[in-house]
Amino acid sequence: MQILEIHEPGETPLPHAEDRRPAVGIDLGTTNSLVALSQDQKPEVLCDPDGSAMVPSVVAYSGTGEVLVGEAARRHLLEEPDLVVSSIKRLMGRGPEDLKRLAGSLPFELEPAEDGRMVRLRIGERRLTPVEISADILRALKARAERALGREIGQAVITVPAYFDDAARTATRDAARLAGLEVLRLVNEPTAAALAYGLDQGAEGLYAIYDLGGGTFDVSILRLEKGVFQVLATGGDAALGGDDFDHAIAERFLAERARQLGAETLSVAATKQALVTARLAKECLTDRTQGEWVLDLDGRTSRHRLDAGSFEALVAPLVERTIATAKRVLFDARLKPQDVRGVVMVGGSTRVPLVRRKVAELFGREPLANIDPDQVVALGAALQAEALTHGSDTLLLDVTPLSLGIETMGGLVEKVIHRNSTIPVARAQEFTTYQDGQSAMLIHVVQGEREMARQNRSLARFELRGIPPMVAGAARIRVSFAVDADGLLTVSAEEKTTGVAAHVEVKPSYGLTEEEMAAMLRESMEHAREDMEARLLAEARVSADRVLLALRGALRADGGLLDAAERQTIDAAVAKLERSKEGEDRGAIQDAIEELDHATQDFAARRMDRNIAAALKGVSVDQLGRKTGSGE
Amino acid sequence: MSEERAEKGGSAGSMRDCWSCGTTVAVRAPFCHACGVIQAPQPVDHFTRLNLPARFDLQRADIERQYFGLQRYFHPDRFAAKPARERALSSQHATDLNEAYEVVKDPLRRAEYLLALMGRPVQGDACSTISDPRVLLEAMEMREELAEAQSAAEIESIVARVEAECEAVLDEVADAFAREAFDLAGRHCIRLRYLTRLAAEAHERRARLEA
Ligand SMILES: Nc1ncnc2c1ncn2[C@@H]1O[C@H](COP(=O)(O)OP(=O)(O)OP(=O)(O)O)[C@@H](O)[C@H]1O
Ligand SMILES: [Mg+2]
Ligand SMILES: [Zn+2]
Repeated sequence: MQILEIHEPGETPLPHAEDRRPAVGIDLGTTNSLVALSQDQKPEVLCDPDGSAMVPSVVAYSGTGEVLVGEAARRHLLEEPDLVVSSIKRLMGRGPEDLKRLAGSLPFELEPAEDGRMVRLRIGERRLTPVEISADILRALKARAERALGREIGQAVITVPAYFDDAARTATRDAARLAGLEVLRLVNEPTAAALAYGLDQGAEGLYAIYDLGGGTFDVSILRLEKGVFQVLATGGDAALGGDDFDHAIAERFLAERARQLGAETLSVAATKQALVTARLAKECLTDRTQGEWVLDLDGRTSRHRLDAGSFEALVAPLVERTIATAKRVLFDARLKPQDVRGVVMVGGSTRVPLVRRKVAELFGREPLANIDPDQVVALGAALQAEALTHGSDTLLLDVTPLSLGIETMGGLVEKVIHRNSTIPVARAQEFTTYQDGQSAMLIHVVQGEREMARQNRSLARFELRGIPPMVAGAARIRVSFAVDADGLLTVSAEEKTTGVAAHVEVKPSYGLTEEEMAAMLRESMEHAREDMEARLLAEARVSADRVLLALRGALRADGGLLDAAERQTIDAAVAKLERSKEGEDRGAIQDAIEELDHATQDFAARRMDRNIAAALKGVSVDQLGRKTGSGE
Repeated sequence: MSEERAEKGGSAGSMRDCWSCGTTVAVRAPFCHACGVIQAPQPVDHFTRLNLPARFDLQRADIERQYFGLQRYFHPDRFAAKPARERALSSQHATDLNEAYEVVKDPLRRAEYLLALMGRPVQGDACSTISDPRVLLEAMEMREELAEAQSAAEIESIVARVEAECEAVLDEVADAFAREAFDLAGRHCIRLRYLTRLAAEAHERRARLEA
């Protein structure tokens, strides 16, 4: 027997003290994103100055060039729906083909894209890829962390749904790069949750993580033992989440509406509004048994009742799908539900009572909820970021969620790496030519479990050229797949008999090309190099414009809510802002904005109440009454 | 990926230069004793890779202890803050360890691999290579039974039976190895192979039935 010579125990490859810089963990969610930092294995979510931990994954692009992220952007969702993007994660790594399938169900205006190109969204005058929009969210999170910690952040662990395919993972990594973040590792969301949970609760044994968020569903089975977090199997659906519950409700409301008001063609903006109302209804029905909601779209209103029973009937098929997936994953791990010691619930949609009931039913035990389902993923990411930069005793062994293979004769798939293989993993397979004298071979890499290549996700097409002339079947083409610890695939191919250096060309099916990436990076670099002060001044003017613009619209619509004296105060503040905007003093502009903001607060509150009242009618009448009462 | 070369132990005395500092180090040393930097993995068999004796009789717990213990040293998570070349080397080590673990932890694959190491590879892997008529008959009957099974309960009972059968054959494989009856071990492996495949198919059918 051979002895492995591990020299000098003190020389274990842990990072040195001087490498220590804070690296954050980021949960880049469909609906909400969070950033957290761990020190001495104590992870904490970094909040904004007013104490909120979650950043809504919403980006607003104003006509004037300003980009708002989070709560600020969400406030514009109803006012300027055309300029506001939400749930962008659902488009990460998606190609035009996928979108044709989803067409009509997404509240996005898409630029017609050629096949094999990345899709772009039409937002006002801009044409942006999902990667750029996600980068804007990541920039905001980076800024939040830097503000909270008072120092620059360069590195992050970013979580992705376990079931994300290669294209979506690559897109996430590209987005981080655009945002100026070095990705230390992409960690699967349920694995991050298990890490936070296991370390926090000292859990040992087999655990199931059930993560149903806004846009994605994952379920993983892990074995936790003496600091080892070993994923045994994972499964999920990268396009199933609370958004789909919202869609189901919105569709029902819109169908009712069509019966009430006759058929109509709704604008994208109106669709977004319907979805917001649907989400409100859904979240209300977690604590209530029924309610009534009002849709005020394109100038016409309709009323809709919904009770918990009908809601459950609407979403039952979706919940059933998650249960079927969970069973499948148990099968893959060769386990029975009762083998699992605990079920950890992650994600906002696990608050839906039907989801809890169904999961409890499957596993025959109540799911665990002793750690915040909204934060657990970010906390785990932060722990892993600390482990990667400062060293750690825990070992995280994850798997690849989907099989990887290549297309062979007749459009069939030959699997090279099977799903649930522990990563990093590498495997090679030999193929041959099927025509005499064939000098090139197209290698089509696919990901998925189906038998036919076209039923699976197409990842890349390679051409292996320069194969010397041989009879059919004589060439030995060795195709090697390697999946790294981020779950990212690299493929190479080589002709073995001749040793002739063969030429390999990679064309990512949906990714950004290197040139596109370079151009985007250049753009963002130039942005950074601009004179800071000049930029801040420009930004202040832009903010002023947008405040004025929004206010004018509001006054036009709801000016009647103001009495003469109030109107006068506001007009004075407007005049002051307009004056300072012409000057060069950024501080003065900001002061004037603040002053105007202050002067219009009551007005804004009254408008808000009115809008909410319209949306909430019948749901919380008493509460509403109290609010308007205090406003007048 | 390293080649699955069956040379045992390698040439014990061979040395190489550390790619990072140039110091002469033993080829088998995964870290340079002078600078501590990780070295390229060597093409060794899966048992050597896990620092386990090349034999069939291994306990699951021992295999796991070796695998986890080594991954703690080599996993890319330990090298995230290191230069690219060290990260790449760690990834190669971890990949090799994962591959070795996959083979060694699975008794059937372990047995077949061991026989191949000894220069007695078990014949081809298709069903058609079952030459023992009794085994062939058994295989056909079981398959028919599975094809006819309709309910989850029926399939469940087939799974249970096949799995019990697998256990029994495994005992025979272990016994054959213990007595150094390698040809016999090889024949048991063939039977175990189709039983395992049958169990997987039955399992799969049950999964689909439930979905
Ligand atoms: N009380 C509630 N009842 C029902 N659903 C809720 C409730 N609270 C939040 N949700 C839903 O949870 C979803 C958001 O959950 P979460 O923040 O975990 O998602 P995410 O992490 O952004 O998404 P993903 O993990 O899929 O990328 C939304 O669809 C939201 O409507
Ligand atoms: Mg989430
Ligand atoms: Zn050295």
